[in-house]
Amino acid sequence: MAIYLDHAATTPLRPEVLEAMLPYLTEHFGNPSSLHAAGRRARQGLDEARETVAGVLGAKPREIVFTSGASENTSLAINGIAWAASGRGRHMVTTVIEHRAVLNTCAVLERHGFEVTYLPVDRYGQVDPDAVANAIGPHTTLVAIGYANNEVGTVQPIAQIGAICRERKVVLYTDATQAAASLALDVDSLQVDLFGIAAHKVEGPKGVGALFVRQGTNLIPQQQGGSQERQRRAGTENVAGAVGLGEALRLARADAERLAAENERQRGLRQRLTHRLEGIADGELTGHPEARLPNSVSWAFRGVEGGDLVAALDLEGVAASTGSACTSGSAEPSHVLAAMGVPPDLIRGSLRLSMGRTTTAAEIDRAADLVAASVERVRAAAQPAAADAAPAPAGA
Amino acid sequence: MSGGVDSSVAAALLAREAAVGGDEVVGVWMRTHPDRGEGWEPRRGCCSTEAADDARRVAQRIGIPFFILNVEPEFGAQVIDAFAEAYLGGTTPNPCQACNQKIKFDLLARRAVGAYGADGVATGHYARIAHRDGRWRLLRAVDEAKDQTYFLWNLDQPQLAATRFPLGEMTKPQVRQLATEMELPTAATPESQEICFVPAGDYRALLAERMAYVGESGPIVDGEGRRLGTHTGFAHYTVGQRRGLGLTASEPHYVREIRPETNEVVVGSRDDLAARGFVADARHFVAGAPPAERFEAQVRIRHRAPEVNCEVTLVGSERMVVETAEPVWAAAPGQSAVLYLGDECLGGGRIARA
Repeated sequence: MAIYLDHAATTPLRPEVLEAMLPYLTEHFGNPSSLHAAGRRARQGLDEARETVAGVLGAKPREIVFTSGASENTSLAINGIAWAASGRGRHMVTTVIEHRAVLNTCAVLERHGFEVTYLPVDRYGQVDPDAVANAIGPHTTLVAIGYANNEVGTVQPIAQIGAICRERKVVLYTDATQAAASLALDVDSLQVDLFGIAAHKVEGPKGVGALFVRQGTNLIPQQQGGSQERQRRAGTENVAGAVGLGEALRLARADAERLAAENERQRGLRQRLTHRLEGIADGELTGHPEARLPNSVSWAFRGVEGGDLVAALDLEGVAASTGSACTSGSAEPSHVLAAMGVPPDLIRGSLRLSMGRTTTAAEIDRAADLVAASVERVRAAAQPAAADAAPAPAGA
Repeated sequence: MSGGVDSSVAAALLAREAAVGGDEVVGVWMRTHPDRGEGWEPRRGCCSTEAADDARRVAQRIGIPFFILNVEPEFGAQVIDAFAEAYLGGTTPNPCQACNQKIKFDLLARRAVGAYGADGVATGHYARIAHRDGRWRLLRAVDEAKDQTYFLWNLDQPQLAATRFPLGEMTKPQVRQLATEMELPTAATPESQEICFVPAGDYRALLAERMAYVGESGPIVDGEGRRLGTHTGFAHYTVGQRRGLGLTASEPHYVREIRPETNEVVVGSRDDLAARGFVADARHFVAGAPPAERFEAQVRIRHRAPEVNCEVTLVGSERMVVETAEPVWAAAPGQSAVLYLGDECLGGGRIARA
């Protein structure tokens, strides 16, 4: 009886998506760049996937670049714009709570003479659009701000930021990886210039993503070689992956009513879980109470190690996370929580539970019971033992 | 599970028992100090990412859950800082013993109860536990050359009740053989000889980094106070040390005493460092009480040092006087003095400054 509550880390591959991909892993194995029938057939799958993705984002197919996922999207977007525009300016604006892919990419550029402004966020993790406006200067060539945070689910006011960047004529890159399953994705409404998604967060396969690059945006490719993806990203295309991404997005998003209903359902589950967690002493929600992803509950408990809670839940069959999977191996405290001003003792006790399309109310209830029991057990065991007589072995 | 072959085999043995109805097993790798990261990685170092990966692969192979337990803050304070402070106090620390006492069989054990619902902890230590005459006893390992009771003398009754040492009845060659038979990924992992948090045995760098101690030079003197040379800082030396003194003499000199108060390092000849006994404090008896106020036993004042017959006399609530039948050489303040009687490790104390 496994309960998977780590959809923010990754999602199960939807059966229909696997079905759609299989032909491109079997009979339609051609290289899309080949001139023969096998190549053309594979190219057709790629084209159709591209059209689907473009349709979901409100973009033109030629504006979609298939990549290996979110981290590559970030690298291509930030490095691609920074170097292309470096003649005009070398200043970029981002926030302190961005995903490590953004922060580390910016840090490398700083070593190469670029200047980066890392905007602070409020206690909920939101950045102030006015702060973005104030940070933009004559030499600013890029603003990189993610749509929804992967650790606490807080949603940024991208449309407002997009309007500011449009007005100031600065390129805006938004990583929409966590948002793609639920939030509005129309690139014109958001006024983004680059927009990234990853398949494995929307019940598609791992290892493939897409970067929207608005027509007219000058970008230096990061992977050189062949002329694939309109010379923006060399390499034989991951056709099956792209097909999977297209199908996953289509299933998740094509029916607007169904999407709205699912979001509502997940918000209900989120509310249910939040209510139960509020009953556990010495803990609190992290991130914005309302402007957050429908499926994400991020909490912090005092007097526990988040990792110990995750282990306890795991051994009971519940999959959860302390924050970001990308950083769970490291001992570094969450830079996101730290930037939000969460005190260190709470940061240590962070727990992230994230639902999906298949999560049920019964699963939420069971998980809540187990979280309560685990927190109690971990807190109790953290006290140094009283020195008493040791039990003798049975039968001694 | 450290990623080494001993803990790998210990885990594998317990997993095998679990498969036929024994206790459930969970594998844990402790993160004790930060990975050095970019550009510098201790080769095969304990606590590197490779070690964690090795432990994880063994856990996969034997089919048990695997977790990484972060104990960095506590290890930093109770083992690493304690190590540095000992040197700065002119004594020689025993970090592996401190780690066992404070971290592995205390903090880790408690965290395991909370996080995994564990009832006890098992390690790959070469030692044995038995229940005799109503008490839990810590016994030497069958493989005397590998016996690690020298680092385990601080265990108490509740801890022993909740601990298992699956390798206690095995020899090292048998352990390696079993690792190979079980096709454990770590069967051929080389032994780690160094202190896990001191890269390449250079603790001076640690003192500098951690305690901002660079050393104030001072005199190296003999037993009569005659100046023979100059030291680089008293904390850079340890009793019994011969190398690195920079002295030219007809016969070798050994560090005999460290005097932080006067910033002196006292040296002597080999014979000067022999003594018929010493005082130890922070005494502890595994059974919960000593055999008597005065009793006979064997004592070891260094890991792998020969055991020597002795008579122990308790003094007050903390101290004991240990008088040895033969001279012991270079008893270093801060080091553990571990007592044995027959196959049993009775406990021990910390060698005090004369």
